[in-house]
Amino acid sequence: MDILIQQLFNGLTLGSVYSLVALGLTLVYGILHIPNFAHGALYMVGGYITLTMMTQAGLNYWIAIVISCVVVGGLAVLMERLVFHPLRHAPAIHDKIAAIGIMLFLEALVQFIWGAEYQTMVSPYGQVVNVAGVTLTMQRLLIIVSTVVVMIVLYIFLKKTFTGATIIALSQNREGANLVGINTNRVAMLTFLISGALAAIAVSLSAPINLVFPGMGHLVLTKAFVIIILGGMGSIPGAIAGGYILGFTESLGATYLSNDYKDVIAFVILVLILTIKPNGLFAKGGH
Amino acid sequence: MANLLKQRNVIAVLILFAIVFPFITNNNYLIHIMTLAFIWIIAVYGLNLLAGYTGYLSLAHAGFFAIGAYSLALLTTKAQMNYWLAFVLALIITSVLGLLIGLISLRTKEHFFAIYTLCVGYIIYLVIDKWDSLTGGVRGLIGIPSPGNIGPIEFNTPVSNYYLVLFFLLFTILVVYRIVHSLSGRTYIAIRNSEDLAQTIGINTTRNKLVVFVISTFFAGLAGALYASFIRFIGPDIGYITITFDLLTYLIVGGIGTLSGPVIGTILLVWVSQQLQFLQDYRMMIFGPILTLLVIFYPRGISGGFIDFRAKRKEKKQNQSNLNQNQQMISAQETSAASNKNG
Repeated sequence: MDILIQQLFNGLTLGSVYSLVALGLTLVYGILHIPNFAHGALYMVGGYITLTMMTQAGLNYWIAIVISCVVVGGLAVLMERLVFHPLRHAPAIHDKIAAIGIMLFLEALVQFIWGAEYQTMVSPYGQVVNVAGVTLTMQRLLIIVSTVVVMIVLYIFLKKTFTGATIIALSQNREGANLVGINTNRVAMLTFLISGALAAIAVSLSAPINLVFPGMGHLVLTKAFVIIILGGMGSIPGAIAGGYILGFTESLGATYLSNDYKDVIAFVILVLILTIKPNGLFAKGGH
Repeated sequence: MANLLKQRNVIAVLILFAIVFPFITNNNYLIHIMTLAFIWIIAVYGLNLLAGYTGYLSLAHAGFFAIGAYSLALLTTKAQMNYWLAFVLALIITSVLGLLIGLISLRTKEHFFAIYTLCVGYIIYLVIDKWDSLTGGVRGLIGIPSPGNIGPIEFNTPVSNYYLVLFFLLFTILVVYRIVHSLSGRTYIAIRNSEDLAQTIGINTTRNKLVVFVISTFFAGLAGALYASFIRFIGPDIGYITITFDLLTYLIVGGIGTLSGPVIGTILLVWVSQQLQFLQDYRMMIFGPILTLLVIFYPRGISGGFIDFRAKRKEKKQNQSNLNQNQQMISAQETSAASNKNG
């Protein structure tokens, strides 16, 4: 029973991180209808920026996260301007290849600057707390709470502010949004900024319980894809729900099925979903 | 007609050069690099048929490459099978797996297909990596035999291996050439340009896509099997997504959806990589941006760029001659009009 609760808690932590990454991915998909294969690379760059700010500049953990958000967000905006914007009328295969090019570049660049070694990020919240017989680290609690806060802020931004409403409008109908006078370029840039910032937050929160290395974005990215297909491409509640579902499945699967094959679970879920429903769950018709 | 002859001559010269290459250089290292490049080209041709001609970007290509390599390695080392029997079986295994995966994955389209195959690629990699008792896990498999004798011909020197791989490369190019210039090839291009339209005019898109997918995996498996017996050591890394990205880079630089693209892109990049040895893992710092820039400005790569350039020049010439003709006609009319007036 204790193991079950412990694993559920781990699943919640894992799911939080997955949800944040998937949220960024799904926002971009909603606006531009491209799967951003470079999103995992943004996640990885965010990890290194936070780490460097903490170790080299000696900054506070939270300040480092803010800087990381700004840098990665800026990088994402740059990507939209220089690559995805010129390619907006190109065949779908071109966006994917261009994004892969950016990903390969960022990975090589990071390896060039910081080296290929695995690095650890020491968080100031390493304490262990005991709640009702379950041992938790503060960092894991922090991940869960921060994720909820970020999600609420994002929700309020999208639903209650005018700028947020323009993002929703653009994802519903690009031409329509253009007709009523929404500056689509500005909204696309804003979406990329948010997407990059979310990736930076996710990695900064999860890096202390994992490791920082150039290939860290690969698995996270593919899992985020699994999540947004699970939750419906472009759907925001879907990304959140999908993230937690995958988090729980993985942590329970690792305990009760096989620890070796825990990473396979996500892909098997996806293969099963797409086998039964080739357009993903909750596919909207007539796109 | 003169153009066709010219093209034929170029191809003949290239093949001749490939045949005499080992006599020009005595450097075994260069022959080794060239053989490896040829193996990659075979795999790139498989990717080209699917992504370039049919428009379906498969990111599981390295997975099928690894399946071909591991099938051959396991059949020869663990089952002690005759080399050529294992070779044929490896190709059959890869194609059958390709058929099964294709049956399911081709139900999806565009982005879903790319993501689906990305996940299939990961599953193949993770299974190879974790299935320790069969595949040796991260340690990989060693002691894979070099290709068995065919009659009196032995394949234990670099030069003989070079010719063997060259033979399979020419076979691949011939098959791909025949496919692209057949009705099937036209069908695939029709599917790429508009699947709905292709379906409307009565093309069985599902069957055609499945056939391309299986052919594509067949070539990936062929390249994998050749790789295994050429390097004679394989690890799970050959099935990792980075190999797929390498192949994709070769294809994009050379020219996606063109016949000469895979050869040009692969040989160029393999040689450039050799020259940039000091860059090692950082070569993607250069190739990554090139990939992105090419897709934005020259989406059909070197080969496609050249074809477009020639087509444009031809068009210009045509326009020029049309213009001249028109002018001649006009001046002729004027003179006749003038003579009428005078008369």
